[in-house]
Amino acid sequence: MRPSGTFPREWGKVVTGYFLRRVLQGLISIVGASIVIFFISRLSGDPIVLLLPTEAPPALIEQVRQEMGLNEPVWKQYLIFAGKALGGDFGKSYRWQAPALELVLDRLPATIGLALAALAFSILLAVPFGVLSAVYRGSLIDTLGKGFAMLGQAMPNFWVGLLLVLIFAIHLDVLPAYGTGSAAHVLMPAIALGWYPVAAQTRIVRSAMLDVLDSDYIRMGRAVGASERVLVWKYALRNAAIPLVTILGVYFAAMLGGAFVVETVFAWPGVGRTVVEAVFSRDFPVVQVGVLLTSILFVTSNLLVDLSYGFIDPRIRYDR
Amino acid sequence: MTADATVAPTLPPRGLLTRLRGRGMPWISMVILALVVIAAAFGENVAPHDPNGLNLAAAFRPPVWEPKGEWAYLLGTDNLGRDILSRIIAGARVSLVSALYAIVFAGAIGGLIGMISGYFGGVVDAIIMRLVDIQMSIPALALALVIAAVFGADFDTVVIVIIVTYWTWYARIVRGEILSLKERDYVALAKVAGCGTATIFFRHLLPNIMNTLLVLATLQVGQVIIFEASLSFLGLGIQAPDVSWGLMLSDARNYITNAWWAITMPGIAIMITCLSANMIGDWLRDTFDPKRRQL
Repeated sequence: MRPSGTFPREWGKVVTGYFLRRVLQGLISIVGASIVIFFISRLSGDPIVLLLPTEAPPALIEQVRQEMGLNEPVWKQYLIFAGKALGGDFGKSYRWQAPALELVLDRLPATIGLALAALAFSILLAVPFGVLSAVYRGSLIDTLGKGFAMLGQAMPNFWVGLLLVLIFAIHLDVLPAYGTGSAAHVLMPAIALGWYPVAAQTRIVRSAMLDVLDSDYIRMGRAVGASERVLVWKYALRNAAIPLVTILGVYFAAMLGGAFVVETVFAWPGVGRTVVEAVFSRDFPVVQVGVLLTSILFVTSNLLVDLSYGFIDPRIRYDR
Repeated sequence: MTADATVAPTLPPRGLLTRLRGRGMPWISMVILALVVIAAAFGENVAPHDPNGLNLAAAFRPPVWEPKGEWAYLLGTDNLGRDILSRIIAGARVSLVSALYAIVFAGAIGGLIGMISGYFGGVVDAIIMRLVDIQMSIPALALALVIAAVFGADFDTVVIVIIVTYWTWYARIVRGEILSLKERDYVALAKVAGCGTATIFFRHLLPNIMNTLLVLATLQVGQVIIFEASLSFLGLGIQAPDVSWGLMLSDARNYITNAWWAITMPGIAIMITCLSANMIGDWLRDTFDPKRRQL
């Protein structure tokens, strides 16, 4: 136990040190991801095949060869690639005749929007389910929640999407099967994508609620006669939500990965579908920047999760 | 003294099966998984029809319980009159083989790397853990897309991506186990007794992490099956004429308005297989190590 007088200053130091270390780790991961993606493209032999259409004139091929330093050793090629990438130059999409980065950035809002909607859907289910299964532990709703969770983890997200289309677009004809434009359009993709994390989130809320409901202040509240509903949904949930809130970034990152398939099912104009289409039209610059951008988002949201712990719950300390 | 040190920790004097039985053993899941294994092993031999046999006269037959269903086609037929049940049986092979690769290769590679990382610590550990971070910073499907874009899509791509993606799980968890195991007396005594690093790894540490590896591997089966199905669904995995559940769903999507069964049945096959594998995995985890319910 430290003397309380020196505590805040020291805490600040520990936090700064931890922040710097985590941010550095994040940067290393991003650079590492770019190296991995870069080297995969070099493993295939001649990257020119990937970067230019087959009918490209020899003069252009020679020009790109010089520009990218393809006659240089491979580490130099990476430095050239990284230098250009830092300036936002990832080459041109030869399908769309536009800078690859611009193309992918245009689609980014749609993907982020879908991921957020999916996250909202999963929380909307997970919180009541988690709370109720903790309050009525061992009851029917607890068992139902568990069964639901196991099912959710055994169903591929694209299949959930197809089933939703089958039921709500084809048989009942109440929702549009694909595309964008209205709130109704986002409903099915968001459910398909948000289905999977419901299970894990329910479990997190449930076990946090079990801990909190057993704590002194809740018992105290009961003793002074506070209503059970207020105790559970206001005082207990507020604390039990901390683990869920802090881990939301991880799920957001997972949604980005899942979006690659779900966007394809619903023709959702996001990064995932763009990259999948680019794979088929052999438009490698687009694949490269799309995947790298997803990785950067992925690392950033995981990083924010780690950094947010202390803000959301000041009891958590960073020194080990 | 030395003799004591090298003796493996004694198990309770009961057989493994006795220890496992009577703890809510998931019999139904085991039977289902056994059926899937049989389907994967014998494929065409147990299927009622040729999985690729075209029969346009029998296209779009509904399952047997529907008014127009026929006993010859239990689960109905697709747009080309191919029997869906036969294709599901044939597709089991791809799912299970890719899961097997993930378990054997990702488990062996990841497990060994995790052991090295945990045992030696220091710089080696730091480098390996950064590599794990880097690997985990690229979403698995995104990595699959890059590999498919460069090398083309086929079964090998699927297997490579699965191994490249899943070794990190084993590495991280095994490392954590080794960190505590290496402080045990028997490891120190083995060193004193002059055992080489390889002996310590494979005779003293490996038996102690086997349970963890087994549980991880079982819990991964479902994930790998879903991953393979997703890749094949996107058209970046298994290619026709090979059959896979993901590929069936990808085909069926084109005539979703005509045949609900073609989109439902392969998905149910994926679902019950994953469900069974996950339940067996949960049960193994609770049996071997009730403390680690979050694994």
